[in-house]
Amino acid sequence: MAKRIVYREWLIRPEHYWGLLAALAAVIAIGGTAALYMEHEGHWVTGMTNSVVWGLPHVFAVFLIVAASGALNIASIGTVFNKPDYKPLGRLSGLLAAAMLVAGLLVLVLDLGRPDRLLVAMTTYNFTSIFAWNIFLYTGFLAITIAYLWTMAERKGNKFQRPVGTFAFLWRLALTTGTGSIFGFLVGRTAYDTAILAPMFVVMSFAYGLAVYILVLMASFDWDGRPIGPAMLKRLKNLLGLFVASVLYFTLVYHLTNLYGAKHADLESFILMSGGIYTVLFWLGWVVIGGLLPLGIVYHPDLGKDRNWVAAACGFVILGGFAALYVVIIGSQAYPQEMFPGQTVLAFGAPGDIGGAVAPYAPSLPELLLGIGGVGVAMLIVAVGIRVLQFLPESLADSEVEGLSGASA
Amino acid sequence: MKDDNRQVDSDRRRFLGAAAVAAGSVTGGAGVAALGAFSAGLPESADASPRTEPVTDRHRWGMLVDTSKCADGCTACVEACDQENGLGLQSEPFGDNEAKWQNQRAVWIRKVKLQDNASGHVTNLPLMCQHCEQPPCVNVCPTGASFKRADGIVMVDRHTCIGCRYCIMACPYKARSFIHERVEQKLTRAPRGIGCVESCNLCAHRLDEGKTTTACQEACTAGGHQAIMFGDLKDPTSPLRQALAAQPNRQIREDLQLNTGVRYAGL
Amino acid sequence: MILGLPLTLLLAAFGSTTAHATGVGDFVVPSSNAAGVQNCVEPTEYMRRNHMEVIRHQRDTTVYGGIRSTKHSMAGCVTCHVGYDAEQKPVPINADGQFCEACHDYAAVNLNCFDCHATIPEGEGWNQETAAAHGHQLSVDGAQHGAVPTVAQVPETMPAENQDQ
Repeated sequence: MAKRIVYREWLIRPEHYWGLLAALAAVIAIGGTAALYMEHEGHWVTGMTNSVVWGLPHVFAVFLIVAASGALNIASIGTVFNKPDYKPLGRLSGLLAAAMLVAGLLVLVLDLGRPDRLLVAMTTYNFTSIFAWNIFLYTGFLAITIAYLWTMAERKGNKFQRPVGTFAFLWRLALTTGTGSIFGFLVGRTAYDTAILAPMFVVMSFAYGLAVYILVLMASFDWDGRPIGPAMLKRLKNLLGLFVASVLYFTLVYHLTNLYGAKHADLESFILMSGGIYTVLFWLGWVVIGGLLPLGIVYHPDLGKDRNWVAAACGFVILGGFAALYVVIIGSQAYPQEMFPGQTVLAFGAPGDIGGAVAPYAPSLPELLLGIGGVGVAMLIVAVGIRVLQFLPESLADSEVEGLSGASA
Repeated sequence: MKDDNRQVDSDRRRFLGAAAVAAGSVTGGAGVAALGAFSAGLPESADASPRTEPVTDRHRWGMLVDTSKCADGCTACVEACDQENGLGLQSEPFGDNEAKWQNQRAVWIRKVKLQDNASGHVTNLPLMCQHCEQPPCVNVCPTGASFKRADGIVMVDRHTCIGCRYCIMACPYKARSFIHERVEQKLTRAPRGIGCVESCNLCAHRLDEGKTTTACQEACTAGGHQAIMFGDLKDPTSPLRQALAAQPNRQIREDLQLNTGVRYAGL
Repeated sequence: MILGLPLTLLLAAFGSTTAHATGVGDFVVPSSNAAGVQNCVEPTEYMRRNHMEVIRHQRDTTVYGGIRSTKHSMAGCVTCHVGYDAEQKPVPINADGQFCEACHDYAAVNLNCFDCHATIPEGEGWNQETAAAHGHQLSVDGAQHGAVPTVAQVPETMPAENQDQ
């Protein structure tokens, strides 16, 4: 019979563990304070305006939510696509997915104008709103992920693993499509008025989720002295390379689509050439740091074998992800709304009001702290989770993983 | 005129039914109030007194802006709106950046000045919420706070608005504003508060009072320009409908097929 | 509705321990119009328990139906209950010791109507006057003002909600 994978609680020294928790708690406390400050004063303390209404918190929130659904892919590959090599990675995958989703939603909610009315959002629905659909997609995702974790951890649940996993996989596709669709059907904004945003978000989620997953896996294993075999690392980094390449491909298609439509040519020249910070973030952040650089590392004959370089590649993918979402979310709002084709806007409202011109946006400290606080929440949930429950396999050495059958968990 | 009377009569008949229902089901006081209004001979029509029955879709309020009459440099409509809806009472929060505040304060109506790229022709026009028949802001609102009133006015129910700003993202006309600060001074007729979204409501409080003017239209007419015509889009005899029929006019972002309630001539 | 319940319970609890004779204007700001009228738009006991429901019902009627004229208009509440200072200037109704705030503060029930709504009658249409004049007559009696306690004393002078119980 096949070998069994042994899972163990995270066994790092208590002072390290509690030190980590204290550090994360501090990050979260600072983020929480920033949110309270924003809520008390109003959004004027942020860089957000009536032109750029969604700012840095939304970049963080969308990244976390998108990466959450991507992180669950590892479990899906093991159970749904029946790759036994990935099975030991499943539990952490589910935990990370749930943690990042909770954190992303938290950031989103704390940035609302009236976070105190969360109850209204949960009890009053408008079903033509993709936002309202997403509320169900998110809460459903959380419930399904927990159920999925149960099937992976509890022997009695093992037999449900495949169907629950399949359902979770389909659900996560719906979730990311839904998240992409938040932006994808806004007819009033040139950059968003394209359905390709939804599949692009799905591909992005694959890449960002996996990058975060690999980093978390490597960190938690290293600190606890658990081994990750070179073959396992190779599998993961090759997969990352594939996903990053797909993101680049979809980026290309997105811009080609826009270029093909004549009316979007101005937007394209804004993002690709004349958009200042957004152009820099697109080329340097999205394409180079988030795409070409990690691809180069991952497929480099020597660097690709070096754990530190693989970790660096993951870091680059994450940085590139933030840059990409910054361009998609904020750049598209900064770009002027085109209301009067063939006309130049000489004046739009009182002096200082923005119309027909690029809207300024400078992220403020509270926004940044709120976003980082969200990341802290995700990390805290993961840290506590792997400490108190058996999420991490004792070893991912190649000899342990080899020969796992598809049937055992 | 004959048509008008018939209209009123049918209004009365419907109103009678509504009032009877109201008297039967709502608390006694309200029903009596409604009946009182009815017996005083106040049918639900545009130029009557305060409304006592809910708005219906028998009217759809709209506007025609004649851009050729809209004067360069005139901001009478904007000032009137500020006055009417308390927008002038907003104050820049201490410590905010002046340029940023200009993009954070609520604005319901703007004067826009355009120049045609080909001909160089300059056009002035007031731009406000276009009160779409198919409003994107209503479609995207997760809680349904952004809604279209039965008489076609698109507005925000601030009691259920959670301040997500999705409607601002969706609006093609940049018509909506988010309240970025705590509001100290507000008017009874125009509530305004931190964390909610708002936009032009065609002076709904005036319409509910029985008037058929908006502050901007009144000011434009008083200024002698008469660039704004306000009225009932559903009444075939209304001056607005006649003007719409007589003059070529279009919607802004006509390509989106939102069937806006505000139309522009000479654009 | 959610906030209203604890308030009602609190009022009931305190009322039953400190029963007092009830007089007109006991629980209103002396300088307000309300001090001079017999009762609120509904019986006082009813309003004390259910004002939240009444306002909430009217709120939807107004926002969705455009009906602003009824006696349950919140603008009417403000018009009638707002107090005036020595210079006859209205004092915000949510200021310390004023009609809304005194009780809500005492009961620790969050009051966020006035995040958005005007706290003094300012820039009203016809509707509030209509509402104010609707259910009751305004008969301001100056002499009576001196006799009634201020609303800040509400907790001490709160009568039983229902003395029979």
